[in-house]
Amino acid sequence: MTDGWVSWRVRHVWERNFHVFVRTWKVSFLPPLFDSLFFLVALGYGLGQFVPAIDGVEYARFVAPAVVAIGIMNASYYETTYGSFVRMYYQKTFDALIATPVTIEEVIVGEILWGATKSVIYTALILPLLAVLGVISLPGSLLLLVLALPGGLLFGGIGLCFTARTPSIDTLSYPQFLFITPMMVISGTFFPIESLPVQIQWVAFALMPLAHLVSLSRALTLAVPAPMGLVNLLWLTVVTAGVMVVAVRQMRRRLVV
Amino acid sequence: MAVPAIQAEGLVKRFGDLVAVDGCSFVVREGEVFGFLGPNGAGKTSTMRMIACVSPKSGGRLRVFGLDVDRYPREIKAQIGVVSQENNLDPDLSVFDNLVVFARFFEIDRTEAARRAEELIDFFSLREKRDTPIEYLSGGMKRRLTIARALINRPRLVILDEPTTGLDPQARSLIWERLRALRDRGSTVLLSTHYLEEAERFCDRLVIMDRGKILVEGRPDEIVSARMNRFVVETTATPEVIALLEREGIGYERFGDLVHITVDAAEPLVQRLVSECSPARLHVRSATLEDVFLRLTGRGLKD
Ligand SMILES: Nc1ncnc2c1ncn2[C@@H]1O[C@H](COP(=O)(O)OP(=O)(O)OP(=O)(O)O)[C@@H](O)[C@H]1O
Ligand SMILES: [Mg+2]
Repeated sequence: MTDGWVSWRVRHVWERNFHVFVRTWKVSFLPPLFDSLFFLVALGYGLGQFVPAIDGVEYARFVAPAVVAIGIMNASYYETTYGSFVRMYYQKTFDALIATPVTIEEVIVGEILWGATKSVIYTALILPLLAVLGVISLPGSLLLLVLALPGGLLFGGIGLCFTARTPSIDTLSYPQFLFITPMMVISGTFFPIESLPVQIQWVAFALMPLAHLVSLSRALTLAVPAPMGLVNLLWLTVVTAGVMVVAVRQMRRRLVV
Repeated sequence: MAVPAIQAEGLVKRFGDLVAVDGCSFVVREGEVFGFLGPNGAGKTSTMRMIACVSPKSGGRLRVFGLDVDRYPREIKAQIGVVSQENNLDPDLSVFDNLVVFARFFEIDRTEAARRAEELIDFFSLREKRDTPIEYLSGGMKRRLTIARALINRPRLVILDEPTTGLDPQARSLIWERLRALRDRGSTVLLSTHYLEEAERFCDRLVIMDRGKILVEGRPDEIVSARMNRFVVETTATPEVIALLEREGIGYERFGDLVHITVDAAEPLVQRLVSECSPARLHVRSATLEDVFLRLTGRGLKD
């Protein structure tokens, strides 16, 4: 029914989302930025007054890269869960698109690419704010713009896997509290991952994409060498590719009937 | 002979154990308005979705413009326009933007897309709503816009699933008129509808489906004349009327408290009914497609 391969036509799917985004960006982008800043102020400056420096790094500078990584995750994850679900289920957008020469695979990949784009846009907006606050080092942190792309693709793909399986919009909250929330806690975000029992550290690095993203992000904003940088990158690349394949398959199963 | 727009042979669609389309064969010629009629659940949407290459067929052969639907979906989709049963416009965008954004999926460049969008906005009388977000449009306007959007790639074949359902008579006749204009320019129009009277007037040819099977195919007037006497006498089903019909061996169909008797000459029967039974209600009319439809599919509620 579909050719099974993805052509350059994915850009139209991306463009369609971009077009809508341009109309509504104020509503869709200010909240995540405020979210990140609240986090940083509450944790970095509030809680930070009671927390000693971690490995010689003051607490605000320690949390800042985690706040960015979480923002990268949220930007694409929410886009491809709630955003894509609304387009798929309520607006029937995907039905309209697959009646054109675009294939279902292209629609799915286009959605993930768009999710990743939102991660990059988010990063581009939050970086100057963090720079002004002086909690990231420059110019190395600019590489976060590059890191946002694989990070966004990964969480965008994960989001679509859940979207493909969820019976309704309400059940999308399950992956959130069973997966996203625990991951936000044990991925070396708000305290060093080394302070966790070693078994949990293994679980985190084996299963938690955010742990790898935070680890890379922190190396960039603190301008220190990443102890496992290559491993982190390799893990992200392999898992991203796998997740995208699964997302396309699951969505095909749901939509091609 | 020219290649038909659509050619189906033994077409089958299964959903698990349910057979939604059960071995349908039909031909739609280029340049005609072709109707799919049938009660709810007959398989109209399932058939149209296979033709539009959005739903894989479970069996049989199906060609659109001579191309196999399994092998050439992209090529086919580039040449058709689809209006699905459910509204799937972009609620965040204006009328104009809905059209131009959609045009991009057919690789139509921006200036050309804008030109066609303006043209279609006029053709479907949406000029004063050009910049209105579609959530503020009435049902009839949304439907017109959906049809306009399906025409953005100048399709050779337009597939419309119940394009007039839920609209008022004015809105329906506007849509029919535009579809005829489209056909007169050479496009093929394939549609499903529950409005039998409109189908009879506007379709060049049609099929009546029920439970996944095609019951008849042909021109509406031929379908009616081949299957029905010319007139339908409709009267109250009183015991006297029934007794008379039974006694004379006149065939009739009973629908609730009414009976329908189809005859070629109405006058003798009407005279006898009036003089012998004086029924409360007596009505003579030409036989219509609706009579054929009811006879073929029964009057019970389908679903
Ligand atoms: N995705 C699906 N999964 C399972 N069954 C389906 C699916 N789509 C349709 N069906 C079933 O297939 C049969 C034919 O449905 P279809 O939608 O083609 O009918 P239709 O003629 O378009 O009816 P209507 O006039 O109500 O639109 C019905 O019994 C319906 O329940
Ligand atoms: Mg239908």
